[in-house]
Amino acid sequence: MNASIGKPRPLFDFHGGIHPPQNKELSNQRPIRQAPLPEQLILPLNMHLGAPAKAIVQVGDTVLKGEKIAEAQGAVSLPVHAPTSGKIVAIGPRPIQHPSGLDAPCIVLEPDGKDLWCELHPLPDWQTCCPPSALVARLREAGIAGMGGAGFPAAIKLSPKPEHKIDQLIINAVECEPYITADDVLMRERAEQIIGGIEILRHILKPKEAIVGIEDNKPEAIEAMRRAATGTGIEIAVVPTKYPSGGEKQLIYMLTGKEVPSGGIPAQIGVVCHNTGTTLAIYRAIVYGEPLVSRITTLTGKALAEAGNFEVLIGTPVASLLKAAGADMDKIGRLVMGGPMMGFTLHSTAIPVVKTSNCILAATEQELPAPATEQPCIRCGSCADVCPADLLPQQLYWYAKNQDLERAQQYNLMDCIECGACAYVCPSHIPLVQYYRFAKGEVRNALQEQQKADRARVRFEARQQRLADEQAEKEARRKARLQGSKASAAPGVDMAALKAASLQASAAYKAAVKALKAAEVDGRDQLAALTSEVEQLKAKADAAKAAVRDAGNAPAAPVVDVAALKAASLAASAEYKAAVKAMKAAEAAGEDVSALRSAADALKAKADAAKAAVRDAGPAIQTAAPSSASAAVPEKSDDTAQRAQKMKALKTAYNVSHKQFKEASAALERAERDGSDNLDELRKQVERFKLKSDKAKEALNLLVDQAKADIRASGSDLKSLKIEAAQTEAAARQKARELDAAKINGDDQRINVLTRELEALKREAEVAAGALKAAIDEQGLADS
Amino acid sequence: MTTILLAVAALFALAAVFGALLGFASEKFRVEGDPIVDQIDALLPQTQCGQCGHPGCRPYAEAIASGEEHNRCPPGGETTVVALSELLGREVLPLDAEEGSAGDVKRVAVIREDECIGCTKCIQACPVDAIVGAAKLMHTVIADECTGCDLCVEPCPVDCIDMVEVAPTLNTWHWQRPPGIGSKPSNQIPVVNL
Amino acid sequence: MSLITVTSPHTTGQRNHTGAFMRQVIYATIPGVAVLTWLFGWGTLFNLIIAVPAALIAEAAVLKARGRDVRFALSDWSAVLTAVLLAIAIPPTSPWWLIVIGIVAAIVVAKQLYGGLGMNPFNPAMVGYVVLLISFPLEMTRWIAPHEAPSWFDSFRMVLASANVDAITGATPLDSLRTWAGNAEQLASQPILHGSFAGAGWEWVNLAFLLGGIYLLARKIISWHIPVGMLAGMALIALPFWLADDVRYASPLFHLFSGAAMFGAFFIATDPVSAATSRYGRLIYGALIGVLVWVIRSNGGYPDAVAFAVLLMNMAAPTIDYYTQPRSYGHRKAKRGASR
Repeated sequence: MNASIGKPRPLFDFHGGIHPPQNKELSNQRPIRQAPLPEQLILPLNMHLGAPAKAIVQVGDTVLKGEKIAEAQGAVSLPVHAPTSGKIVAIGPRPIQHPSGLDAPCIVLEPDGKDLWCELHPLPDWQTCCPPSALVARLREAGIAGMGGAGFPAAIKLSPKPEHKIDQLIINAVECEPYITADDVLMRERAEQIIGGIEILRHILKPKEAIVGIEDNKPEAIEAMRRAATGTGIEIAVVPTKYPSGGEKQLIYMLTGKEVPSGGIPAQIGVVCHNTGTTLAIYRAIVYGEPLVSRITTLTGKALAEAGNFEVLIGTPVASLLKAAGADMDKIGRLVMGGPMMGFTLHSTAIPVVKTSNCILAATEQELPAPATEQPCIRCGSCADVCPADLLPQQLYWYAKNQDLERAQQYNLMDCIECGACAYVCPSHIPLVQYYRFAKGEVRNALQEQQKADRARVRFEARQQRLADEQAEKEARRKARLQGSKASAAPGVDMAALKAASLQASAAYKAAVKALKAAEVDGRDQLAALTSEVEQLKAKADAAKAAVRDAGNAPAAPVVDVAALKAASLAASAEYKAAVKAMKAAEAAGEDVSALRSAADALKAKADAAKAAVRDAGPAIQTAAPSSASAAVPEKSDDTAQRAQKMKALKTAYNVSHKQFKEASAALERAERDGSDNLDELRKQVERFKLKSDKAKEALNLLVDQAKADIRASGSDLKSLKIEAAQTEAAARQKARELDAAKINGDDQRINVLTRELEALKREAEVAAGALKAAIDEQGLADS
Repeated sequence: MTTILLAVAALFALAAVFGALLGFASEKFRVEGDPIVDQIDALLPQTQCGQCGHPGCRPYAEAIASGEEHNRCPPGGETTVVALSELLGREVLPLDAEEGSAGDVKRVAVIREDECIGCTKCIQACPVDAIVGAAKLMHTVIADECTGCDLCVEPCPVDCIDMVEVAPTLNTWHWQRPPGIGSKPSNQIPVVNL
Repeated sequence: MSLITVTSPHTTGQRNHTGAFMRQVIYATIPGVAVLTWLFGWGTLFNLIIAVPAALIAEAAVLKARGRDVRFALSDWSAVLTAVLLAIAIPPTSPWWLIVIGIVAAIVVAKQLYGGLGMNPFNPAMVGYVVLLISFPLEMTRWIAPHEAPSWFDSFRMVLASANVDAITGATPLDSLRTWAGNAEQLASQPILHGSFAGAGWEWVNLAFLLGGIYLLARKIISWHIPVGMLAGMALIALPFWLADDVRYASPLFHLFSGAAMFGAFFIATDPVSAATSRYGRLIYGALIGVLVWVIRSNGGYPDAVAFAVLLMNMAAPTIDYYTQPRSYGHRKAKRGASR
């Protein structure tokens, strides 16, 4: 505050803060030294905040110093440049400066020792040569990130939204963290260049004021900066030493009395804040055209014999720097990148220095002792007294510990700047910052989950809508078809009326069945009468159904009404089931059941026929189900299409006859058991059906083989064969499962049926597998 | 007599005035709350996995609203049960999940693409359309959209779909909760690389 | 070499242990204890000698039963502090069993049953005190007349509960005030009410605890909000009543230097675990305790009221915190608690 620069700026004191031992004299006693060139430079693609850069070089490329080797991806991202000339030896994951210990993609550069610059494009006449926006673009291309903290791309801060009028440009030279002296010595040695950088920033932002905030524990730096700033109108403001006065928000409040709104950015209150090192990098990027390839890093800690500040190439591994600073590796107890209050521990010495690495602290065990055991919080409030954001850390701790994220946010968890003042003073050694980081991470994850859930909901609903639309469309098509078929159908047959009649009949039948059952329970007085009534009704319902079916079937040749058929089929099978039930009831009641049984059998046949009809009409629906077998072989020549049609018909025929055969066998068995008379007739019937089904099967097999041969001959796609093989196999598996289930239930008849079916399917699968193999052999393909 | 009449009249007048006021207030300050189903749906994790026995989260939300128990969402875990209990004012029930179902681990489906035969069965099963592919062509899962619901695993005829745990990345990693009272929050890592 | 990975900050302050915190509070009671011993004999010291081991044993037993690390938990000195505060609060004539019952109530019931240090909603020492006051009103209100301290042997016999203590007991200033309030003649003739500047003898006790309190403030062990709030609240409510009717009501000065006023303001109400935690919250919390103390002293059934006032306000502390969140950086207004 000396009088030569006019009246001192009034300072606003922020709440809280602490005064940890400074330990700055360890490293600020020597001038900046050049760090030796390491054997390898490791350049992480995400040194900055935002999207990682994308490598544009390949392993084996030779690059010159300053050449771009990775380019920015998206708006919040920065390119990476080669810090020296050499060869790219690897691009891949390496340990990086992240507390998780996870590896991240890096470009590894082997220096050739020549340190040859590529061609640079300096702009010494930046005041006149180009508009500010061109300068900002230049800074972005130079890869300049904030060098004090998070590494936010500088260019973004320099292009504030038009509605944000910038009043103050603040240069953060406070350096309030203990141990770190990088900005201190930088200001002592290169004050002119820093002031030059500030002039460029003023040119770009046109603020009313430009203020450099320096803590009062750096008298030499203050002196040097004041000398360099003379006559420029840049104000050097000295702030009292108090941690964390170098926090962006705290510094802005101290110098202007304005607070950055929660969740907002300084530009909203007309302030842009840059770090000293960034300012210097900006100067060099514009005036010399140099991209950001090196920085000043403090190497300090009591495990180092020659602590001090080094000019370090970005990408230099920490191990190489430790050697240069005379580290006693055995004495290092904790290796921190950054300062002791906000830095993070390194898990490897292979981690490189990046654009944001202002300090490497190699501390001995005595210097930074291992953390003590956590004790219970006694709510002493020391933390609240020192919190620079004026939070209630004791409450936040409570809610973070119990994962009560909602309450934690109510207590402004997200406004915590993680400065560590609370944990520094906590008498119970509670790792408060870790609790807050945990809770913040959980909050962020929960937010992401919520966003993902919202997206999933939208997608789910869209899918439901799509399916519904498809359904509706199908319905419409079906209606249209029905109209068409009605028009062409025999006139006079009113399908709707028939259907209604049928439904009525079956409803009456069902009611009768119910009544019968009730009567049975009551004591079966009029059981016989009821039974006959039921049968009558059933017959009526059957007749109605048959009429419906006939009416539907009559014009079925060109276009079949699948829906109607399906309904009929369902109705038929429902009838069958009802009949069986009635039969069982009767059986239980000890009545004569033969009539009922035959009725049930008849119904069964009817239901099967209806099903078959539905299947016949299949192709119409089959197209809608792309996974079904027919769709697996779409779009064929007319010839094959015809064959497919034929195959389908045969299959149906086979199925029907096979079913009939099975029914007949079952009937026969029953008859045998009961000692019935007409055994011979039944036997004949069985024979007949068997013959029929065998014939159909043969014809079908022939056709199938033909088709397969065709496919083979045409050297057709293996994929469809593969699919067929897989599908038959899957079907066989499915059947096997069913069989197992049946075995557990002990249903003999079902087991028999299933066993036969399974065998058939297995055969089919074998055939398919054989065909596939043959095809593969034919095409001379090796298959694993 | 007049007094009584007056009193009755006054009472009626008062009743009318207050009634009008109340009516006005109920119109004027009506709370435009979300229907309860939306609120429940917002709390469900939207995996659409069907483990609750409903075809999707929204149907389950509707079922909860009409009285079904709110502890049948394994992907949501205890957190969801607690949140639903708070919303509905119901008792917190223990999660109704099968033993050993890993609730906390996030998973996504991954198709072993060499083995995929392009049958489209998984595409039909996916409730959020997170699988792309065409018939007879290889399919793949859009990992960002996959909710880890498992529904595509069963239909696959060649068993080429795996549920893979999502590893933390630099963007999703965060510090773990400290071990608590009576322990030290640090890790010793032996370092060989010097 | 091996590296440690841990969250920042990597360095911590000097005065940095909960146990040290508690010990400082214990040291700050020394002047008060000295004056109590000078005025009332060795009883207070005997109380301390019984209370501290009793508290440690009780705490260790419960911790063991809860399966906790006993050594670690005892190292925070909180049990010792509770014992010291309770030993000071109860009369120096108390028999040993009275102290032990009070300690068990304080440590086992008020503290450990609620989850141990940091979890107790009520001030453990005051819970112990109130349990005794309600259960054993006679023993708990038997104070020796100041400057008539018995010999250490008599005190020892009192502790063993084998001495007749009634002979040497007398009314405290607050007792006398409660008995004779409104009777100007009697008030004037009670020597106990007329010490150097407040109640005889007790003004020195309070002065000594004030001294200890100032030490705590200077060492930043406690913040000024609660004591200042409490003393100001008490004085401010006493003042108008005293001005209006100085026969019925005592002066603010008398209130400030009687009974457990200073002890309560600096050592009891400041127990951080059970107090309000925000700055304004603590001021309000203290002030309300002060008002309650005056109300109970002037109108209640007990001569002193610090214990009741503190326990009542313990219950209100969460609500106070709810409404007194500070305005955080970057927020225009302070949030009013965790609203739902």
